[in-house]
Amino acid sequence: MTASQVSYTMESTLETVNEAEALAVRFAEESGFDESDVMQISLAVREAAINAVMHGNQRDPAKKMTLGFERMPGEMTITVRDQGAGLDVESLPDPLAPENLMKTSGRGIFLIRTMMDEVQFRILHPGNEIKMKKRVPGPATNSEETLK
Amino acid sequence: MSLKTTTRQVDGVTIVDCSGRITLGEGSVVLRELVRELLSKGDKNLLLNLGDVTYIDSSGIGELVSAFTTVKNQGGALKLLNLTKKVHDLLQITKLYTVFDVHDNEVAAIQSYK
Repeated sequence: MTASQVSYTMESTLETVNEAEALAVRFAEESGFDESDVMQISLAVREAAINAVMHGNQRDPAKKMTLGFERMPGEMTITVRDQGAGLDVESLPDPLAPENLMKTSGRGIFLIRTMMDEVQFRILHPGNEIKMKKRVPGPATNSEETLK
Repeated sequence: MSLKTTTRQVDGVTIVDCSGRITLGEGSVVLRELVRELLSKGDKNLLLNLGDVTYIDSSGIGELVSAFTTVKNQGGALKLLNLTKKVHDLLQITKLYTVFDVHDNEVAAIQSYK
């Protein structure tokens, strides 16, 4: 996976969640992120895949999840799309609010926002798209060498 | 690698040594079923040793919260031991670090149940 842009179409299964996480680890490591960032990226991708497969596509075999990685100088962008009903993220309860703290679910989107530098949501028709960006720490560089 | 658990009894406290991943699917189910089994046997003082837990996701965090509440509702106490940096950071971020009674010394953790 040395290409600077790659995408996968995947089944709506639990295995896909694990595969998405493993692919994220690989792509992040190849992109030069340190161990801590790799963990954060892998967790964000895992949570996005859980949302896509379990909540969006609801494990419907007829619906697919697409996972895209794009490597650019100094940053990487990951896109996860599902074919579900779409999710209004602004309506989600705050998992840090005292009344929600002891809930057993509802932390996925919060974790994605915490782990990544930029997160954008877009409702497709049908489906949902989440675009996540992580910057390589340190001085900004425009060198093409960083892509190799 | 999924979640592997070993249980031992020390001075009335059931210590669960966990290794692997507490994530959506098998890892979360293993933890849920183990806690249910221990409670059904009357073991209500549970200490989860998470020193060898390599990964946890939102489902795993939810499972820890669920176990904490379930044990508490049955008059027991579920505490955490030896958090890795990853798990520690996630509990901090989610504001759950202060909810759980967290220890880094097993002897002190056991004494805290008295």
